[in-house]
Amino acid sequence: MAITRAHEIHHRRLGRNLGVALTLVAFIVLVFGLTIAKVQRGGTIEAFDHSFRPDLADRARQQEGQP
Amino acid sequence: MTDINAPEATATGEAGFGDYVALLKPRVMSLVVFTAAVGLLLAPGALHPIEALAAIIFIALGAGASGALNMWWDADIDAVMRRTMRRPVPSGRVEAGEALGLGMALSGIAVVMLWLTTNAVAAGLLAFTIFFYAVIYSMWLKRATPQNIVIGGAAGAFPPVVGWAAVTGGLALEPLLMFGLIFMWTPPHFWALALFLKDDYHTARVPMLTVTHGRAATRRHILIYTALLVPVAVGLGFTSVGGAIYLAAAVVLNAAFLLGAIAIARRTEAQAEADRYIVEKRVFRLSLWYLFAHFVALLVQAAANPWLPTPWIIGG
Repeated sequence: MAITRAHEIHHRRLGRNLGVALTLVAFIVLVFGLTIAKVQRGGTIEAFDHSFRPDLADRARQQEGQP
Repeated sequence: MTDINAPEATATGEAGFGDYVALLKPRVMSLVVFTAAVGLLLAPGALHPIEALAAIIFIALGAGASGALNMWWDADIDAVMRRTMRRPVPSGRVEAGEALGLGMALSGIAVVMLWLTTNAVAAGLLAFTIFFYAVIYSMWLKRATPQNIVIGGAAGAFPPVVGWAAVTGGLALEPLLMFGLIFMWTPPHFWALALFLKDDYHTARVPMLTVTHGRAATRRHILIYTALLVPVAVGLGFTSVGGAIYLAAAVVLNAAFLLGAIAIARRTEAQAEADRYIVEKRVFRLSLWYLFAHFVALLVQAAANPWLPTPWIIGG
């Protein structure tokens, strides 16, 4: 037989589940915001894109002190 | 058994969300948030606002984790003290193992996330703070020595240092004096409380100074520690975070607190019992405002600094 009346314990369990859910959502939002902040502060990020990049080679030579 | 016992039986292990929040000692967390935020805001340099918010949240989470570990370890003491017997573990709403698990998990999350958000120094200081409060204070000093409050007060004094380190990645005179302010304030604050809650600590067999050395000695100790607190509190005004506004506030607050401590030291137990510890309770309330007002004064000073000269800097 289906339970039709919610006991006080069901309300408490619902409140706990909602609390955990909201905490997790808040944590996800915080980590997402942190990611955006860190990436913005990191400036331009250029990764290896499987093609020859002369400007990267020139920059590397300059950093090593080669002409 | 009758039905009368049924709701209590089902209540065990079915704690509400608020019970788990209570494990984190939200009132202590609010003080941690405030002092850590002041340390973070006054430090030279700046974090991205989201990084600053996250740093404060993770410092508070670390403090909450140490609170949960403290409630796990001290459940037997909490159960016999009127002030603490309604806490989630002694009242049976949360099992001791849950408090331990929550405390350990949140400790790890707080330290790792603070490291990722700011730097290793701040994260290391937070980890040490949690260890100090949960192990050094709760497990060792609290039941072993009447100096428990003196040394244990260091745990509550770390947040502004962690906040400062989150920005700078290091330490300086200013956060160390902020540490000293909270550290030296803790003993007179708690001993004033212990003077009118003696029965609780006696029942719980916690070696509070009032229990081991008597009330007259406690009254003298309150005066000694308050006298030692004054130069630390005023000295902070001569560093890069101080100035005329902070110094004015510090002089007034310290004069009031010192007068209160003198009044406590001069009273006998008979006088205190006759007026139901009115002076001790007044000084305890004053001590709460004392600490809060010092940190507010630091913030006001920082906000006003662009328009004021600061000729007396000795640190920073």
